[in-house]
Amino acid sequence: MTNRIQQLFKQKENNILSVFITAGYPTVEALPEILKALQSNGVDMVEIGMPFSDPTADGPVIQHSNTIAINNGMTIKLLFEQLKDIRKDIHIPLVLMGYINPALQFGFDNFLASAKDCGIDGVIIPDLPMYEYEHIYGNLFKKHDLQNIFLITPQTSNERIQKIDQISNSFIYVVSTHAITGANIDLEAQQVAYFDRIKTLNLRNPTVIGFGIKDKDTLAFAHKNANGAIIGSAFVKVLENRQNISETVADFIQQLQ
Amino acid sequence: MEKFKVDKHGYYGKFGGAYIPEMLHKNIEELQNKYLDIIYAPAFQKEFHQLLKDYVGRPTPLYFAKRLSEKYATNIFLKREDLCHTGAHKVNNTIGQILLAQKLGKKRIIAETGAGQHGVATATVCALMNLPCVVYMGEVDIARQAPNVQRMKMLGAEVRPATSGSKTLKDATNEAMRDWIAHPEDTHYIIGSVVGPHPFPDMVARFQSIISEEIRWQLKEQTGSELPNYVIACVGGGSNAAGAFYHFLDDETVQLIAVEAAGEGIHSGKSAATTALGKPGVLHSSKTLFMQTDDGQVVEPHSISAGLDYPGIGPIHAHLFDVGRAKFLSATDEQALDAVLELSRLEGIIPALESAHAFAILSEIGVKKDDTVVINLSGRGDKDLDTYLKRIAL
Ligand SMILES: Cc1ncc(COP(=O)(O)O)c(C=O)c1O
Repeated sequence: MTNRIQQLFKQKENNILSVFITAGYPTVEALPEILKALQSNGVDMVEIGMPFSDPTADGPVIQHSNTIAINNGMTIKLLFEQLKDIRKDIHIPLVLMGYINPALQFGFDNFLASAKDCGIDGVIIPDLPMYEYEHIYGNLFKKHDLQNIFLITPQTSNERIQKIDQISNSFIYVVSTHAITGANIDLEAQQVAYFDRIKTLNLRNPTVIGFGIKDKDTLAFAHKNANGAIIGSAFVKVLENRQNISETVADFIQQLQ
Repeated sequence: MEKFKVDKHGYYGKFGGAYIPEMLHKNIEELQNKYLDIIYAPAFQKEFHQLLKDYVGRPTPLYFAKRLSEKYATNIFLKREDLCHTGAHKVNNTIGQILLAQKLGKKRIIAETGAGQHGVATATVCALMNLPCVVYMGEVDIARQAPNVQRMKMLGAEVRPATSGSKTLKDATNEAMRDWIAHPEDTHYIIGSVVGPHPFPDMVARFQSIISEEIRWQLKEQTGSELPNYVIACVGGGSNAAGAFYHFLDDETVQLIAVEAAGEGIHSGKSAATTALGKPGVLHSSKTLFMQTDDGQVVEPHSISAGLDYPGIGPIHAHLFDVGRAKFLSATDEQALDAVLELSRLEGIIPALESAHAFAILSEIGVKKDDTVVINLSGRGDKDLDTYLKRIAL
């Protein structure tokens, strides 16, 4: 059975644009409206961030959005309530992204079951390592027919990338450089060799580059080197203090073209 | 040390592991694969013990506290980690880790600090080995432990404020992790307690285990027996306690007592008493007990003592608590301050605020006349004088 993510990459193959947003930000109820605006502006996939008090792999912008979202009252429970009927309006793939602890407290099995019920396609948990995935959590992903999406970085060995490719069935999240999210990086100069190394591996799964993709140029560069790109901090930043969400989203997506 | 030992995946019973993002995989894997071979190589051991002796001033004395013993009608020995170079046990670990960092070829050192003792101990060994050093410290702690901030600067370290969350130790740890993610190749992160991803908790416990190794032979010399009835230590992340407990873990006649910071009272909403208030979860890359909401968000702790102002405990302590091998008590800010004055007046020793927590529960454990009680005096109180002058009526 193919999932929504596989279908997307089959239909479009390249130039996939994915956007990250933090649930509960800038306001607690903003998520459904943001999702609709992203979809209608041609975004191919969305990562929905589940806020955590101590996001150690994130830079100041996403940290700040997490703090605001938590203060706004966003929880996993509330998120699933907001997503309950989301598939009536949204047909693009949706991925949940967040640190493991809130999911553990919710109950991991229950978390995946609820995600599946809402029509979520995949989950990214940066602090769920492969050992724990293989020995504890992997079977739960299978049971609920949900994709776990792994990250790779410039330090990940070819052997490990190939192993990740074997146990993935959606896409591989290519972290562009040594960085936390929102870093200001010089993509062109350092990363080509890393992206070329990935290309020579002929992976089964498509690749999507994230971290540091923030504007037209960095997006074009990522699209040249992978099947898709994820924009995170740059989008989260424009949402701050914005009243009119659909206008903000339209403006932001337009200036990427 | 078999029953309470970490397994090869870094677990103590249900607790531990290495819940790291892929960005740190290579560094952590390298440490996991190499740390035991590196630290038990004869040349490493020789250099480590030489430095502990000549530079740190080990062995630290085991001092029979006569007047304190009279007051509590028992026999109390103080393990004088306050007499270590830099003023606390923290340096035992930083000496070990700086030697390890050199073996790994690392060129830059980062650390987090709460009370500033670990920051000072890290800045010290970086000066010694001529390596650049960045210490992350919460803004709140920078204010309340000012003398240690100045010391780190004197030693040539850069102190970077952590400005998120509660602006204390947990947030400094987050910032240090972010730095490591951004500089995985040239940098070693010297974690200051038995927390973080495997192998840090085990490695730090091994470096600190010199404390209990010495207590055993010192007690034998002074009392004829290696085994006390009690070993008492304060617990922030738990490194001084892990070191003081380590070589007694399998001697189950020895009662191990860990003292957490109750802050303004366990149920005051301003506390750091992890075992009383915490639940299992994943914090700072290991599965352990920590204070959190029902939704899994970390609760900001409170303690007057910056070194104990941490929402969790290391996985080894979560396990010792879980299986009942150690007993966990807590002391409030006020009780700790009373203990500071008591030790100052009875023994002429001004303890660190953290260490004072270990003394504050002496009247609660039912010690008997013939008991031998060892208290780990983890650090001295110079850094806390400001707080003492403000809070203690003299
Ligand atoms: C003197 C002293 N004791 C204890 C601690 C608490 O740390 P741990 O629980 O790791 O020993 C600190 C931490 O800064 C300290 O400075």
